[in-house]
Amino acid sequence: MLLIPCPHCGLRDEGEFTYGGPARTLPALDQDTQVWRDAFFAGQKPPGPMTELWYHTSGCESWIEVTRDTATHDILNSNTPQSKVDTP
Amino acid sequence: MAYSGLSLLSHALTGNKRWPAILSTPDMRSSYDIVIIGAGGHGLATAHYLAANHGITNIAVIESGWIGGGNTARNTTIVRSDYLLNSSFGLKNFALKLWSDLTQDLNFNLMYEPRGYVDLAHSDGELEHFTLRANAMRLRGGDADILTGQALQERVPELDFSGDKRFEISGALVQESGGVVRHDAVAWGFARKASTAGVHIFQNCPATGFETEGGKITAVQTPQGRIACKQAFISVAGASSAVAGMAGINLPLNSINVQAFVTEPVKPALDAVVNYNAGLSYISQTDKGEFVLGGATDGYSSFARRGSFERIEDVLARAVQMFPFLTRLRLMRHWSGTADIPMDGNAIVGRTPIEGLMINAGWGYAGFKATPAVGWCMAELLATGKTPDLIAPFALERFETGAEQDDGGIGPYPWLH
Ligand SMILES: Cc1cc2nc3c(=O)[nH]c(=O)nc-3n(C[C@H](O)[C@H](O)[C@H](O)COP(=O)(O)OP(=O)(O)OC[C@H]3O[C@@H](n4cnc5c(N)ncnc54)[C@H](O)[C@@H]3O)c2cc1C
Ligand SMILES: [Zn+2]
Repeated sequence: MLLIPCPHCGLRDEGEFTYGGPARTLPALDQDTQVWRDAFFAGQKPPGPMTELWYHTSGCESWIEVTRDTATHDILNSNTPQSKVDTP
Repeated sequence: MAYSGLSLLSHALTGNKRWPAILSTPDMRSSYDIVIIGAGGHGLATAHYLAANHGITNIAVIESGWIGGGNTARNTTIVRSDYLLNSSFGLKNFALKLWSDLTQDLNFNLMYEPRGYVDLAHSDGELEHFTLRANAMRLRGGDADILTGQALQERVPELDFSGDKRFEISGALVQESGGVVRHDAVAWGFARKASTAGVHIFQNCPATGFETEGGKITAVQTPQGRIACKQAFISVAGASSAVAGMAGINLPLNSINVQAFVTEPVKPALDAVVNYNAGLSYISQTDKGEFVLGGATDGYSSFARRGSFERIEDVLARAVQMFPFLTRLRLMRHWSGTADIPMDGNAIVGRTPIEGLMINAGWGYAGFKATPAVGWCMAELLATGKTPDLIAPFALERFETGAEQDDGGIGPYPWLH
């Protein structure tokens, strides 16, 4: 069970959120296929802290950025989105 | 030693104290033709078919933990081939054919029981889509039936059709050749046969690095020393991104926690595997009488192998919709596995950019059923250098060329597959 600190609403249950995956920055349009492939498809880091996007569906309906340790589930930081958002 | 009724009887007479060990304990050589990393079902099946189909036995299988300690013996044991895409159906239907003879081939009781897989639809639209899938399967020689109303009630008598349900059951796709296979026996059956043929299997021996020369694999590093090899094969499921990362390969997948549950045992009540699709929850009953349940992933990246309560509640609530009598049972055991799920939800099987280094990854929470087929095809690729047609669509390059194999039409969101 995750308790996610929403920067707008405070500590909330994971059930209120929708996952948006690892945060990523998109490359410039003129970059080659390799760079785009990596940007699109190779998102995940090894076990440890990772910055990811969550949407507070049953709350303030905002995208937030959370840094979470994928090995322990400890949440290290949460913020309004800092990287370029690319969401489903 | 072959297992038989006679061997059972004679060992019973000596108090079952003289059974020989299943695996030999060889000394590690400094070099092998092929090093297989990961002694799950997939890695061990590959070792077996290399020996049995191609006569290659100068092989080391190295395993960081113990045989079958990964997802092979954590899964809910369901085998089936009810997939829409040619690629997915083809490989899994070939596996289904192999499962039916494997107990004899391996001389090891895998308890393959084709007790039927019942996939429930909850709206007319969904049932129409299931009919499309069933027709696609039948055109390619698979078995599939669409059952509705009385016929479905007769097939699964305990299924609850009554009352005002939030998600009514409108029908089901039924694959009678689908069913269950005893998962730990699969790992041990392949291991025993491969070991008897001369393959060396080392437990507690992780791969810790790779050596390459001019873009070609030359050795695998382990704490027990360096193993030189002509080819290496990574088949480590939940650890795929970490192990491929050691070779500088960034795999297009996310690792996500998946849970399974077992209730206390009761008398036989359910003879099929039933899957609820309004949200995911599936259930079967073991020969011991326990109900085994599983559902969707926990929904976010994780290597923790620790489940979230959110999903427990979700899976059980749906199971009770199908079978209300379950409310009177208690859960006895519960565990997790790390599912490696690619961006299109389908596996990555074949070559890597490093010559001689092969990979099998991304089976997520759906790869147990494919175990013998992956072993068969990977053995062929390793032995002949030619990629069999059945695995060609699963090549790693597909993410660059845009040839994704997205069965569910879900898109590049691994946690939703
Ligand atoms: C809860 C759950 C339910 C599932 N249910 C089903 C189902 O009903 N039907 C179905 O078809 N599939 C199911 N699956 C998926 C299925 O279990 C897997 O796809 C399949 O077992 C993968 O087999 P494998 O041999 O590739 O992996 P594994 O059995 O995980 O084997 C990989 C091995 O590699 C080892 N390893 C890791 N790192 C290293 C290293 N550095 N060096 C050496 N070895 C290493 C691990 O210890 C492990 O033993 C389920 C999965 C889970 C988690
Ligand atoms: Zn909020």
